[in-house]
Amino acid sequence: MMTELSLNVLDIAENSIRANASLIEILIDINRSLDRLTIIIKDNGCGMSEDQIASVTDPFFTTRTTRNVGLGIPFFKMAAELSGGEFSITSNIGIGTTTKASFLLSSIDRVPLGDINCTIHTLITFNSSVDFIYTYRFNEKQFILDTREFREILGNIPFNTPDVSIFINDFLKTNKEEIDQGISI
Amino acid sequence: MKSLEELKAIREKMKNQVGLRNETSDQTRIVVGMATCGIASGARPVLTAFSNLVQEKKLENTVVTQTGCIGLCQYEPIVEIYEPGKDKVTYIEMTAEKAKEVVEKHLVGKLVVSKYTINEGGK
Repeated sequence: MMTELSLNVLDIAENSIRANASLIEILIDINRSLDRLTIIIKDNGCGMSEDQIASVTDPFFTTRTTRNVGLGIPFFKMAAELSGGEFSITSNIGIGTTTKASFLLSSIDRVPLGDINCTIHTLITFNSSVDFIYTYRFNEKQFILDTREFREILGNIPFNTPDVSIFINDFLKTNKEEIDQGISI
Repeated sequence: MKSLEELKAIREKMKNQVGLRNETSDQTRIVVGMATCGIASGARPVLTAFSNLVQEKKLENTVVTQTGCIGLCQYEPIVEIYEPGKDKVTYIEMTAEKAKEVVEKHLVGKLVVSKYTINEGGK
């Protein structure tokens, strides 16, 4: 298991990158009145067959050749279900994959969300050619980071250029604090 | 809400710079394992540390990248350093603190930190 859900998000999004996704949408939705934390990671990568989808939650199924264990999806599923939430993964070959995990916010067995900004920043700056649409929703308020908008302004300046990297950190930090007052989720 | 105005300023500033760095074969590569095993054992802070340090020390021709499962999961977080003309060095059980030492002693000081490598620490 991971120590924070932001690490599971990083892990699953890395799967999307390996699936050659050019657009990855990540939603973090915190809803206090529904007592729910919902995380959705949707990509337009190569997708999986029916057989693969059926096996993907099996810890002994993996596409890598170095080991015969693949724990990323099973870990995420377990984290959701242990907290009293749900997990689903749907996919279509040639179209992409959507992973959805929901958690009971108040459950004592819910792993903390942790440093989600660090995960998003890492994903964006280390995968400059991939577009991300990141939505952070806290009750009624939300902010969106859409790298396509950044790209329109920056042209071909990579996202890991120091000034841009610092801007992205700042953007995530300031906007998140504005809507959730820096609360620990 | 933070706006994108600053990005326009960054664009203007960079227009005057001589050319953007491109990947070449005479680069030093710092490769951090970021598969599930790596992430679970603490690779994210190691990646961030190397990235920040390379910028701070203004190391020339040096890139920090990620890789998937290397196949030595029990030794994660693993960092492989490829310097042109030299053998690959594999550091195991890395932390952000060790990253600082590796940058200072190995990348700047040109001396491999053997005690953190797989040859000394692994079986």
